Amino acid sequence: METAFRGGAPKTDRTRSTFVFGNVFFHLHSVRTHRWSLRWATTWGLGMATFAAFVITLVTGILLMFYYKPFPDVAYQSIKDIHFVVPTGRFMRNIHRWAGNVMVVTVILHMARAFYTAAYRKPREFNWLMGMALLVVTLGLSFTGYLLPWDQLAYWAITIGANIAASPQEVTNALGITQHFDPGGLQRLILLGSDTVGPEALIRFYLLHVMILPLVLALIVAVHFWRIRKDGGLARPVDADQRVGPITGTYPVFTEQPKKTYQLAAIVRGKTAAVGKGPEATVPSMPHLFYGELAVLMLTTLICVALALLSDAPLKELANPMVPENPAKAPWYFLGLQELVSFSAFMGGIGIPTIVLLGLGLIPYLDRETEGTGEWFGGPGGKKLAMRSLLVGFGASLAIESFVIHFGWLREWFPHIPQLVITAINPGTLLTLAYGAYSVWCVKKYSSTRAGAMALFTCFLCGFIVLTVIGTYFRGPNWVFYWSPSQWPGH
Amino acid sequence: MPSPWNASCSARIGGPMSETQKTGRSRLDPEPVSRRDVLGLMSLWAAGSALLFGLVGMLRLPKAAVLSSPSKRFRVTLPATLAAGEAFTPPGRNVAVYRDEQGVYAISRVCTHLGCIVKPTEEGFECPCHGSRYDHDGTVTKGPAPRALPWLEVKEQAGTLYVDEGSNVASGTRLKV
Repeated sequence: METAFRGGAPKTDRTRSTFVFGNVFFHLHSVRTHRWSLRWATTWGLGMATFAAFVITLVTGILLMFYYKPFPDVAYQSIKDIHFVVPTGRFMRNIHRWAGNVMVVTVILHMARAFYTAAYRKPREFNWLMGMALLVVTLGLSFTGYLLPWDQLAYWAITIGANIAASPQEVTNALGITQHFDPGGLQRLILLGSDTVGPEALIRFYLLHVMILPLVLALIVAVHFWRIRKDGGLARPVDADQRVGPITGTYPVFTEQPKKTYQLAAIVRGKTAAVGKGPEATVPSMPHLFYGELAVLMLTTLICVALALLSDAPLKELANPMVPENPAKAPWYFLGLQELVSFSAFMGGIGIPTIVLLGLGLIPYLDRETEGTGEWFGGPGGKKLAMRSLLVGFGASLAIESFVIHFGWLREWFPHIPQLVITAINPGTLLTLAYGAYSVWCVKKYSSTRAGAMALFTCFLCGFIVLTVIGTYFRGPNWVFYWSPSQWPGH
Repeated sequence: MPSPWNASCSARIGGPMSETQKTGRSRLDPEPVSRRDVLGLMSLWAAGSALLFGLVGMLRLPKAAVLSSPSKRFRVTLPATLAAGEAFTPPGRNVAVYRDEQGVYAISRVCTHLGCIVKPTEEGFECPCHGSRYDHDGTVTKGPAPRALPWLEVKEQAGTLYVDEGSNVASGTRLKV
């Protein structure tokens, strides 16, 4: 027993430290944590909630693998088995599905949190990129996940997804070079393992879902967490010590300067942890940080369990390659993308997402300011700028959508217009341009790149929300706009 | 950024190097590298390129050399009652086959936008997924579809009609029967 629980229950600061760095699972944490990082308003626990949701999907996903069979038709039957026959199968599948959804929500909110507190700034630029990679992998896991039941949703999502991968052909065809240079066709072929949607495609997406993407995710999560340590914990304002005030309560702060040097450990350059200074406004991670993390883990689990009890994961009819559903809708987090894709497959499915990712990735390298780091809406303009951008973001996307829904687009006005024109000039690209222009205007007005970044990020968030809501609630059969599903025509 | 390799190498041969500098070696001349370092670097590069080649070879695997897809050519028996301009969909095939006074023709029902199956209607075809519309000969009239629906080759052999989904023909091509 003693080798398993070395040192017993931690009662002093020294044993609390040992508790953290003497344990492979805890030692990713710093031994002591700044009290700024422990405030709920600093992070709202969103990163930890994302990780908790990932752990829940991991555990339930492994359980589902006992029964799931990755082969067309059989896959559908095995999901039915899980749903109706397997003990706790339905509950596990529901939790798996809901935790996946929670993970998508929290990863987006976590990203917004990191952005609005300017936590991406030096030295955290690289971790911002890791976070973006995690967002992409999370969406990849969600996508490959709902393909597996081989119901109507799955089949048509695979078909559409594979054709989005092939959509560079929209450009290469228009230029007439597809025979010589066909990156789209290659992507589709590699995703499907065939030129039709069938068993090869299902096995590939299964492999991606249960093996490749989780491994990639775990790897990047490790880097993401490790970088938090290396970058000196969470971002906080310069005057965080004064703001949290003097420490009160049971756990005292060391007052003496540490005597230890790190010469023997060969750390002789740069800022290392607490060399030559006291531990600032820190408290032992055990128990303060761990109790907070445990609370988030429990809350996330509670939410997933509650949702799983309230609502069953959907399963549509068995895949029918002859008839797509009408309307064939993706899960909510892709409906914004589906709305964009309904303007142009290439720009909506690949072009604009790439531009958005590039823009987000460039933000920490363009924004070299220091004002407002670690503060909500910190930086020039602050909340006022965020509110203004919210108005512009919602206004522009609503205006352009209303215009298209009411008046249609180029193809209807000029039936013989070249496809390249529609690919380049469509509501999606115009909206992206408008957001870009507004952001540049903000850079000029406030003479601050942070202001431009705030404008752009807020606008993209608004665009995502508007497109998602329109895709979810206002698109009916044949992707026509309806005010409510009750107006949908009968079949 | 100075590479750690160079740092360790110059540290190791620091003594002799300062002597060479005294003897008047131009600073443009390459720095002397010990034989040991050359061999070490070469083995590193060899290992690196071997891994790279291995990786490229492994990446070849997911692209299948033979595709398992079913035959794209299939037999069609048109119902005797098929009216002119009325679409006939052979079972299991996403193709609309028509017969009129000028002959028989087939139009693919796979939307050129993202591959959903379009539905023949009074006006032409409509796609359920992203709202593309086509007229009777497959020309795009609305929505994101980049190309017209392809017309497929129809052949007659020994009194039986065959349609080939893998072979496109010019719009308006009909087979006289």
